[in-house]
Amino acid sequence: MMPRLKQMNPVFLVLILLFAAIAILSPYFLQPAGYMNFLKRAAPIAILAVGQLYVINSGGFDLSAGALVTLTVIGSSILLDGDASATWWVIIVMLGAGVIVGVANALVVSWLKVPSIIATLGMMITLSGIALTWSGGAPRGYLPENFRFFGRYLIKDLPLIKILPVAVIVMVVVCAAMWWLMHRTNYGKRLVAMGDNPKAAMLAGVPLTETRIVAFVMSSVSAVIAGILLGGFAGVSTDVGVGLELQAITAAVIGGAQLLGGRGTVGATIAGALVLQAMFTLLNILGFPKPVRDVVQGLILISAVVIAGYRRRRSGG
Amino acid sequence: MKVPKPKNMTALAPFLLLLAAVVIYVGVAIATGQTQYLTAENLLGLLGRSIALGITAIGQTFAILIASIDLSVANLISVSAVLASSIMSGDPSMMLPAVAAVLAVGVVVGLINGLVITQFEVNPLIATLGMALILQGLLSATFNNFAGEVPEAFQVFAYGQVGGISISLIFLIGLTIAAWVFLRFTKPGSNIYSVGGNPDAAKLAGMRTTRVVIMAHVICSVCATIAGLYLASRLRSGAPWIGRDGVYDLESIAVVVIGGTALSGGRGGVWGTLMGVMIFSLIDSIFNIAGVDAFAKQILRGVIIVAAVAVYAMRSRRIEA
Repeated sequence: MMPRLKQMNPVFLVLILLFAAIAILSPYFLQPAGYMNFLKRAAPIAILAVGQLYVINSGGFDLSAGALVTLTVIGSSILLDGDASATWWVIIVMLGAGVIVGVANALVVSWLKVPSIIATLGMMITLSGIALTWSGGAPRGYLPENFRFFGRYLIKDLPLIKILPVAVIVMVVVCAAMWWLMHRTNYGKRLVAMGDNPKAAMLAGVPLTETRIVAFVMSSVSAVIAGILLGGFAGVSTDVGVGLELQAITAAVIGGAQLLGGRGTVGATIAGALVLQAMFTLLNILGFPKPVRDVVQGLILISAVVIAGYRRRRSGG
Repeated sequence: MKVPKPKNMTALAPFLLLLAAVVIYVGVAIATGQTQYLTAENLLGLLGRSIALGITAIGQTFAILIASIDLSVANLISVSAVLASSIMSGDPSMMLPAVAAVLAVGVVVGLINGLVITQFEVNPLIATLGMALILQGLLSATFNNFAGEVPEAFQVFAYGQVGGISISLIFLIGLTIAAWVFLRFTKPGSNIYSVGGNPDAAKLAGMRTTRVVIMAHVICSVCATIAGLYLASRLRSGAPWIGRDGVYDLESIAVVVIGGTALSGGRGGVWGTLMGVMIFSLIDSIFNIAGVDAFAKQILRGVIIVAAVAVYAMRSRRIEA
């Protein structure tokens, strides 16, 4: 039992401790309304982080995710402008845009041999340029109720848990699908092999370009889904996605993902996202001003990497 | 077709890109009949508008040469500008203490970055990203508007002129020459190339690689604080958002890479970076003359960064992330 416990990813322990602290300080979070609301707020970061994990495990970064979230919210609101009948095709168009962005990122990295940090940085600047040009710099349009359903609606009067936000269902479904692809298919193995050693993976017959395209598309599509959720519960603004890509990377790193080469798991990454959100919640309960979040995020980001490196060296990995 | 030797390309590519940018600039100015933009004064002014980016990018060159990177420069610029202007508070006698304090902050931040990277073996992206978040948080927890005031004597840094050339431009070129001499002719300078090119070989050759990495990060952070001093002098006061607004972290990395310094370290130099800065300001002016919408400008900028890096990357057949 003991060795098992030692091998367990410490992120789960941290998560339990944080939840305990939150529950003691504010019993509201023990009630369904409290923890469901918490999960709802964590849903976009969890989805983004798991998408980002695909790119991190492939050995790269996706810095364009946050800008894509903004573009999704701004674009949907302009295209829809309150017209509820158009919601479905706008969602399909946005997911299609996500696929295009992901493929473009991957091809720039694969064909033009541009490091992913620069390629996605260029994409980030381009996407926020498009969002600003399109909207003229200020939020326009209006999101109809059935678009906001995903982020805002609560299914009420359920037995046991009483309420269930639709955002949480979306999070569970999307993360389960991405868990399956990462940990139960050959694709997942190829992805990790490529992140570990691209040359060896190529010689072993891994199609690098195709593998990379899927990884970047997963990240971009998850950004679009996160954007749809955020548009639902946070509303339309031009800075809704700012900094989210860094939160996603932070969450993946807290979960133990190793930068520039696979090792991260979907479960631990979701736990990482919840740790981040729990930390923000805790700071909020304790009455710290918002900027303190940044300081804490920076400190836990560095310490997560230090601890992961220490564990790896000790276990001889 | 014969492939040119990489070594020649590295020196030549930024120059060719710069030449192309100049040709397009001249072409657009003539085509739109705005030949008043073609005076020597105007061309010098181009660089003058990017002093802060230039100073930051010279520092960033050191970090990238040792195969590291510094994402904390933008927030450090804000910290430096706000700190300088609050210490000075319009009092000329406080100029020296303020500059000393700000430079000391730069040394400390660079030391911490370098120590976290070398002692805890934290990936530099993460280490400096964490530092960026910490600096930003501390800053916005303390200030939310313009803070303090810069005395008139200090505004000379941004607005003063010697023989018709602005002092800040002379400073930038002087800094570039100093950095070039340091990298080209001194032992610590050549150590930077050795450590960046192959850290294991440098270590086996008896070099104290951790010291070199820490030194490069200190230089990078100190340059960022100088850029902050310049911006405080230019805006006459420090604001906690100036670093973020200028996107100095990502832009400085972009110009260094466009200037031909490899992200994998060990190759490149500060003259390339200076050319990268000029290419960036030329692109900006081309858009201005051509009357491109401010937001559309940003779209083109993103595309150009990627395209320019692709020009370098195409010749390297390595598989990179």
